[in-house]
Parts: sequence; structure tokens; C-alpha cells
Amino acid sequence: MLDATPKEIVERKALRINPAKTCQPVGAMYAALGVHNCLPHSHGSQGCCSYHRTVLSRHFKEPAMASSSSFTEGASVFGGGANIKTAVKNIFALYDPDIIAVHTTCLSETIGDDLPTYIREMEIPEGKLVIHANTPSYQGSHITGFASMVKGFINYLSLNSGVPNGNFNIIPGFVGPADMREIKRIFKVMGIPYTMLPDTSGVLDAPNTGKYKMYPKGGTKIEEIVDAGNAALTVALGSYASEMGAKELEKKCKVPFITLKTPIGIDATDELLMSLAKQTGKEIPAELEEERGQLVDLMIDSQQYFQGRKAALVGDPDEMIALSQFIIALGMIPQYVVTGTPGSAFAREITAMMQEAGLEGIVKAEKDFFDVHQWIKNENVDLLISNTYGKFIARAEDIPFVRFGFPVMDRYGHNYNPVVGYKGAMFLLEQMCNAMLDKEDRECAEEDLEVVR
Amino acid sequence: MGEALVVSDREEFITTKGRQKQPIKCDADSIAGCVSQRACVYCGARVVLNPITDAAHLVHGPIGCASYTWDIRGSLSSGSELYRNAFSTDLQEEDVIFGGGKKLTAAIDELVGKYQPKLIFVYSTCIVGVIGDDLNAICKAAALKHEIEVIPVQSSGFIGNKSAGYRAACDAILQLLQPTGIKKANSINYLGDYNLAGEAWIIESYLREMGIELNVVFTGDSSSEKLKTATQASLNIMQCAGSTNYLAGKMEELYHIPYIRVSFLGLQDTADSLRQIAAALGNEEAARKAEILIARESARIQPVIDKYRRKFAGKKAAVYVGGGFKAISLIKQFRELGMEVVMIGTQTGRKEEYETINSLVADGTVILDDANPAELERFMTKQGANLLVGGVKERPLAYKLGIAFIDHNHDRKHPLSGYVGAVNFAREVYSTLCSPVWNYLPDHDRGDVV
Repeated sequence: MLDATPKEIVERKALRINPAKTCQPVGAMYAALGVHNCLPHSHGSQGCCSYHRTVLSRHFKEPAMASSSSFTEGASVFGGGANIKTAVKNIFALYDPDIIAVHTTCLSETIGDDLPTYIREMEIPEGKLVIHANTPSYQGSHITGFASMVKGFINYLSLNSGVPNGNFNIIPGFVGPADMREIKRIFKVMGIPYTMLPDTSGVLDAPNTGKYKMYPKGGTKIEEIVDAGNAALTVALGSYASEMGAKELEKKCKVPFITLKTPIGIDATDELLMSLAKQTGKEIPAELEEERGQLVDLMIDSQQYFQGRKAALVGDPDEMIALSQFIIALGMIPQYVVTGTPGSAFAREITAMMQEAGLEGIVKAEKDFFDVHQWIKNENVDLLISNTYGKFIARAEDIPFVRFGFPVMDRYGHNYNPVVGYKGAMFLLEQMCNAMLDKEDRECAEEDLEVVR
Repeated sequence: MGEALVVSDREEFITTKGRQKQPIKCDADSIAGCVSQRACVYCGARVVLNPITDAAHLVHGPIGCASYTWDIRGSLSSGSELYRNAFSTDLQEEDVIFGGGKKLTAAIDELVGKYQPKLIFVYSTCIVGVIGDDLNAICKAAALKHEIEVIPVQSSGFIGNKSAGYRAACDAILQLLQPTGIKKANSINYLGDYNLAGEAWIIESYLREMGIELNVVFTGDSSSEKLKTATQASLNIMQCAGSTNYLAGKMEELYHIPYIRVSFLGLQDTADSLRQIAAALGNEEAARKAEILIARESARIQPVIDKYRRKFAGKKAAVYVGGGFKAISLIKQFRELGMEVVMIGTQTGRKEEYETINSLVADGTVILDDANPAELERFMTKQGANLLVGGVKERPLAYKLGIAFIDHNHDRKHPLSGYVGAVNFAREVYSTLCSPVWNYLPDHDRGDVV
């Protein structure tokens, strides 16, 4: 399929080829699914909602419920006010959520629909809630949409009642339910009471009981979001996906925040644990020390297969920043690091890490898979880490491939295996090392096939 | 969710065979907030045109529309793979404010520079319909400049539902077709087959055996050059009527090519369709050869089907697919497998199709148009369905209910057409319905399936 990708690199200004990002609303929908008894609602044409549910279903292999304002020509001319009022009425009658989380689309943004006014004017049954986030598809990416929806929940719901609850708020970023579970486990082991927002564990990794639950057990509860305004501190994991919400909470409820990296790899996990220890005055428990020791052991055992090897990384900015650091820690060279999401911090942070390690590579935001493929055609790498779409490049150039990020639609089980924390790092290391060894075993001469590595 | 209520606006879209007199309501806009499984106009246009293999499919809009439809089809190609890339103008805020026309022109220039395609489809998305970029003028200018076909597809998401997108796609195809002055006897076009997993190639081999030439498939494994010769055929056969009915009508009107409906899903429909094609061509030789083919293939396939059929006794199927014609075929195909369809619905079925569905199913069967997941759950459970045929979004819903599932969506890469497809279908029903995994569900009674 990618035979036509030319080696000669010519600057493009207008044409996006094989994007490494998607649009805001799907991030908003994902965040809203992480709130208990919440129905995400897409305010726009039906296709948006359908595509977003489809891609979430393909990634998580789980039902992803969301409703749509089902715009037709009338709505695009006269505004979508009537549509959303009808929709909200039907949703509460039919699906009985506790809260509807509305996100906009490029269409409703462009025609200038005024969501706060619509929400004020609509009939909302007692005890029920409707909130919104502005998520125009022509700005940012799915990561921005995730951040905007988290901010939306906080903006509408969180309150400072003057009674501190002693909790830490955790905004985990656009990571999977297994990652959210792992981050919560780390807080539990540390003995720190927390509120996680959003929390898709128990929602998009719900057990099969033979019964369909439209609102599974998981998700952040509304009262927890309200009470987040009384927390001691907000820990925002990932500046792109999580800081916006943390800032909103500080502005609205005076809850201070710290922004840390998404805890992928050893350094970022160390940073999280040491920050938590510093903030609470607690010791890091033996259980986590042991896991770190196991990870270090695994890194040392396998270092010969990583040293000096080159990797190409494509994905969301928060994950790529932490992953680059882990790649460097393993002795690899992050030769190409790309995100589709705009923002200058990405390249700045990763380039600084690489300079410190004495390494060089191409680090760029707002690029696509076509760019990456062209670079690889000019200088190949030993490992490619990206979402499912990287498989085209991996196959065309015969590169060991690890699926990572969003969306991963062609493999199973990733919503049960975390990539964060020391345990996640071990899982990632195993996948990376074995992908490279599989290639060697597949392609080496018969006499070179090693039984022991 | 249990006994979810049906909002009163939805009542007319659901009927039970034998218990209600009034016909089902269909072909209407979805009701806001009801959670439709349907997509938009752009989606409809994209799925029809995407299998044109040597075309660059350029989506004019913000990035989402292109990224969600990147390699969305299981359509195979015998040549170019260009159609499998995702091209977009990735509109940003400033483009929305000042207009996206210049960016579109530049994107076409860059696309031509990189790939030298003979054909570019430029899809309009919701936002382009609102900001009013003059797609027609931009495409016309680009076509003149680069001396290639640049065809606008008017597919703003909000101008209707998926059916409107089918029509937009057909209009785009009509712009490509040119009368060549040649008319070939025994040469037919095959409309509404998208060559998923090479299905069109399977049908082509049958037709070849009958001495009939398959001129062009719309749009499976087609190219810009092939499509231009479509007017030379003497007959159009049409599989997916939902997407190509309009095109077949237009081709009859403009190029005097008659059309018939066919279906290659299941043994009965496949045999009937081969006979109908020979009859429509008035070709007795082809009819004779068709009988030989049918007899040979049926003798080969029937014992395999019968073997599976014995495993399926007493099992009930539910169907929720995109179009009505596929739904009709599936009722018959399940009957061949000894299974009764107890719930059936479509996203975009038309009145005549629902009439046929109603005449085919047994009393008590629930029929629904534009259903939502709550309704699907409610009726699958109530009707005791053991298996659901559906698309991407229905799969996890079925699994959560402990119901087996078959993917009949347009992104699959295994053929379900013709005799080969009939065996694949039976094997798939067996593999999902009789998997041991269901036994691990708490309190789950799988009956006598082993």
C-alpha cells in the first residue's frame, strides 16, 4: 500500500497524508465515558457520533454509548438549539443517565451554537445534570478534546465547600483503563486517598456477566467530582491532556496542582513516586521498591538488545515524552519522535532529553505517518512504536513493531495490560525486546538461530 | 438496562409480524438523542467511492473525517493501492474563518506532485457546507490545470443521512461515465459490489463460466479508466440496491442500460441470480451453463451446509445491518441453515424492502428501522436470539449479552458471497455459536449446542 511513498522529501503545507491524530470530540467522548452514569452526547451531525463510537469500540472491544443531536439542514441554518433540547428530553426518558456530557463538533462550533444558553433554557429533570465542553475539530486533536471535557466537568461541578477532604485528585490523561487501574493501585499502595477524573476502568474493561450494562460499575462519581474542589492537591499526569483541568480546578476551587509526566518508563514512574513521597512525607513502600528492582533487573538482563538501536515513535504527546525518556534509558536512540497534536512543548522537552544523553534525532509535532515513512525510507530504524496504523510502515520496511497508544484496533488484550508504572514498563520492555528478537529469529541464517538469548 | 422504554416517537419504527396492521415507518431522519447506529452523508459517499482503487480520496475538512475513514473498507485491489491512504486538508481555525479554498487548491497540487493520480475525489464535510467553499469551481480549475479528473462529492454530513451520501457518490460516478458509442453483447456491469475480500472476483468467475463478460464492477476493484467504459455494457446487475439503485436508474435513463437486482448471499439467492442474469440477457447458452454450474456447486456445497445445519437446530438469529437487501438475503440464508430470524432491522432500509422482509419472516418476528442499542438489547433478549449479524458497534453489545456474533460489515476481509461465501458463512455461524467460551458465562444455558 505504501509503495508510492517517495523517498525524496518535499515540504507539504496543505495536504495531510495518513494522520497521526484525530479530532477533539472523540477525546471528549472518551473522557465522559469515565464518569459514572454519564451519557456522552455529540452535538452535531450523526456521523461524528457514529465514527467516535466505532473507533472506541474497535480499540477497547467494548460497547461505547453516546447520543447525537442528529443535525439536519434545518439545524445548520437555524442553530442546533431545538435539536439538543429534544435530545436531552429523549435521553433522560430513554436512557436515564445521571448526567449528560455534551461536546460540540466542528459544525456546531462553526454555526456558533451557544451551549451554556441552551443548557440554561432546557428542562432538566430534578437531580439530573447536563454539562458541556467546546471541542471544535479544527483545533488541537483528540488529546485537546479529552482535556477540554475534563475541564468541562470541573467547571460545572467541582465546588470548594471549605471542608478539606485530604484527597489527591488524579487526572490520568488519555490512557487506557488498565493504566488508570495501575495508577490507582500505586496511590493505594502509597496510602494516599485519591479521586481520579476521569476513570474508565470498570467501564471500558468491564467483566462479561452475560448482561449488558449501559452504565457499568466504574467511572468517577458525580459527588467525587464535586468534592474534587476540596482536595489537597491535583496531580496532572501529562501536560497536554491533564493540565487544563488541573488549572481550572485551581482557578475555581483554589486546589493547587503539580504536573508530572505520564508515568511510562522508569524515570517518569520514579518522578511520580518521589513527588508523592515529597508531597505527603511518606516513604515509598517496599512493594513498589521491589517492582522497581525487578524492572531494573529486566533492563540489565536485556540491555544488549537495546543498546544503540534506533526507534521511531509516533503517538500522543504526553505518552511520547515519557516513552522517549524510557527509550533513552534502555540505551536506544529515539531517531524519530512524532505527534500529530500541535504544541511546542513536545519537541522542546524531548530534544532537551536527547541533548542531555548526547543523542540526535528528529522530534516534531503536527506531523503525520507519511512524514515518518519518508524519514524511515532515508534512514531505517530497528523498532517502530505507534498505534495500529504504523503496521503499514512496519510491513513495508520490515521493522519490528510494537502497538502502543490510540487507536489499537487489530490486537486484543491491551485494555487489560497497563503500560504505566514499573509493571507497565516491564510489559513494554518485554514487547519491545521480543519484537526485535522475533525479527532476528525469523530472518537470521539457519546456523545462527540461537536457542538461548 | 433491563426494560428500557421506547420513546413514543420511535413506536412507528418498530413492528411485530402478524400482530400489527400498519406498515413500518422508515426512510426518515433519526430522532435526536435516541442513539442511532447510523452514520452521516459523508460516510455514505465514502464507503461507495472508496473502493475505486486508483483514486486519491481527498477529504476537505478537519482531520477527523479522514482519520475515521482511513482504510475503512475490506475492498481488494488488483492494481493500485492508492485508495487505502487517508488524505485530508486538515482544516484549522483560520481556514474556517477565512475559507478553505486556497488550502484545498494547494492540497490538490501537492497530491498531484506526490502521486500523479488520474482521479481525485474531493469530499465536502459538514463544515465545508457551512463555510461555503466553492468545491465545484476549485475542482474544475484543478482538473484543467493538471489535466486529470477532479470530482467534487457533495457530502456535507448534515444534508441528510447515509442514503443521501450514496446518492452523492452516484452523482460523482455519473460525472466520470462517458458514452463511447460501443455496445457489447453479453457484457454486464456489476453495481453495488465493493469487492470485499475479493467477492466480486468470485462472482466474475461464475459469469465467465457462463460465457458472460463482467465489464466493470461499481465500485469494487474499479479504476478511473474502467469506470469510463461502463456505458458499453448491455445489462447492469445490482447487489447493494441501497447504494446503487439511483445510479442504475440514471444509467438506464441516460445510456439505455436495463438493470436487474441480484443477490449472491446464500445458495438459493446465488442460483436464482445466475438464472436471472442469463434470462435478462436472453442468452440460452448462458442459462444452460448456469445450470451446470449450479448443479455442480450445489452438490459440492450442500453436504457441507447440511453438516453445519444439524448443529444449528432450534437456534434463533437476529439481524441488524445497513441496507434492506442484505437483510432480505440473510433471512433466506439462515433458513438454509435451519435457523429462524426472530429480530430483523436495518439502518437505511426502504419501504418496499420492509414489505419483502415482512412477507418472508415468521409471525412474531420483530422488525425495526434505525434501531438504537437499547432496542436491540430489548428485542434480542425478549426474542431469545442466540446470534446477531451486525456491524462494528453491535459486536460488543452482543457479546456482553452472551450472544454470538457475525460481522457483515463493510470492513471485513473474508468473503460471504457465492458458494464459497455460503460455506464461509455457515462455518462462521458455527464457530461463533458453538464456541466453548459461552459456557464460562455465569448462569448461561447454551442448550444443546455442542
